[in-house]
Amino acid sequence: MSDQSPICEPCGLETLPAPDGEPIIRLVNVEKTLDGKMVLDGVNLDIPRRRITAIIGLSGAGKSVMLKHMIGLIRPERGQVLVDGVDISRLSRGELYKVRRRFGMLFQGGALFDSLTVYENVAFPLREKTELGEGEIRERVLSRLAQVGLEGAQGKFPDELSGGMVRRVAFARAMVTDPEIILFDEPTTGLDPIIRNSILNLICHTYHQHGFTMVMISHDIPEIFLWSHYVVVLHDGKVVEAAPAAEVVHSVNPFVQQLIRGDITGPVHLM
Amino acid sequence: MVSLAESIGKRVLLTVRGMGRMMIFLYATVATLPFPPYRVRGIVKQVHFIGMKSVFVIVLTAAFTGMVLGLQGYYTLRKFGSEGLLGSAVALSLIRELGPVLSALMVTGRAGSALTAEIGIMRIGEQIDSLESMGIDPVKFLISPRLLGAVVSVPLLTAIFDVVGILGGYVVGVKLLGVNAGVFFGQMEASVEWNDVANGLIKSLAFGVIIAWVCTFKGYFTGRGAEGVSQSTTSAVVLSSVLILVGDYFLTSVLL
Repeated sequence: MSDQSPICEPCGLETLPAPDGEPIIRLVNVEKTLDGKMVLDGVNLDIPRRRITAIIGLSGAGKSVMLKHMIGLIRPERGQVLVDGVDISRLSRGELYKVRRRFGMLFQGGALFDSLTVYENVAFPLREKTELGEGEIRERVLSRLAQVGLEGAQGKFPDELSGGMVRRVAFARAMVTDPEIILFDEPTTGLDPIIRNSILNLICHTYHQHGFTMVMISHDIPEIFLWSHYVVVLHDGKVVEAAPAAEVVHSVNPFVQQLIRGDITGPVHLM
Repeated sequence: MVSLAESIGKRVLLTVRGMGRMMIFLYATVATLPFPPYRVRGIVKQVHFIGMKSVFVIVLTAAFTGMVLGLQGYYTLRKFGSEGLLGSAVALSLIRELGPVLSALMVTGRAGSALTAEIGIMRIGEQIDSLESMGIDPVKFLISPRLLGAVVSVPLLTAIFDVVGILGGYVVGVKLLGVNAGVFFGQMEASVEWNDVANGLIKSLAFGVIIAWVCTFKGYFTGRGAEGVSQSTTSAVVLSSVLILVGDYFLTSVLL
């Protein structure tokens, strides 16, 4: 996805103006150890405002852990996680909850509440965190469901939905509060290519309509270079590349090239 | 020798840390109770799940417990020519001891295991993380209503257990074995004091806290995958049951 082109290549909508000002999220020397393994090893990363940033890397590279640091679900052992200059890793629980209102998050499996219908799932953050009346909530929920193409599914329960529908409901729920930042933890993993592209197209469309800052973990390589402005490559808990998508594609880093091409030979030997 | 000491030390530290986490979890849950939103609907839902849906199993268990007490009590008391005290023996055993303990054990098996599994599945399905990401305190949202639901339900179930158990003892003692009905209830009325009922009530309240606390804690900090949830469920039932019996001893020694 290019900032220069007036029209977004994959979704056909008008390109939003290039971001200005400081990065919205900044990770400074973040270190995290889980089960005795260093998962994040001095990560430094800037997430640009109002742009789509993709995070790629091998399984177990620390991508989900890094994403969870950005919203304060995991606190670093060392370093800072700055959201608009505020270090959220030092905030109290109450202050952190306030910061999280600026976020929406789509989890890997959707994380919908099993006992609630599609409508109730999407309405949930509005009922819990806003003072909106039931009429306004209904209007907003139905509009978001229409946006993700699930107008008739509001009465269904999560176990009645396909994998693609679950992700779309989760996406509707993540954006129903009009957050500034939406985090996606592998939104397309396990989906067939058509549904995968429809989800990526939906993300791209929504971005162009609302101008959210989006951060997305993905294994859809090389397609993800088409759907994102910036790409971050994570390997062994370290950021090995973080640049506009077009630059990362032509990276001279042998690991990045192996990842993009999916070569079984290269710096990483799995067998 | 060193490695043995090391492994014992590690186990002790892990146990102490686990106990500390459980205490912090209980404190965090109780600390949310005075503050709004109070989620009355959530509490009512839990009273229905923990209490109402356990009534059948409680009635069944209580009836047969009372009947066994009637039989055993009758044959023991007859040796001393004191069959007339059967009503007192059945009522005091049930109200002071068996009612609270057996009700709590039945609720642990029926509802406690389900609480652990439900919360555990929410944990591994990232639903708890999802609540956190929305800025909603999962302890306040998920655990507090379950704690209050158990604290309301277990004493009510215990009261049902006591009444049905006494009726079971009455059927066996009076209808089958021929003890005089007036003597059965008269002795019961003479020997059961308000203090006995209060003891049973205090115990059942404490057991309600133990069930909700242990079972939700085990689910909230469950291991990975389906195996983690199944292990948490088993350990929640075992630990709750053990704590109920240990707690019963200490409460009895304090309340006597």
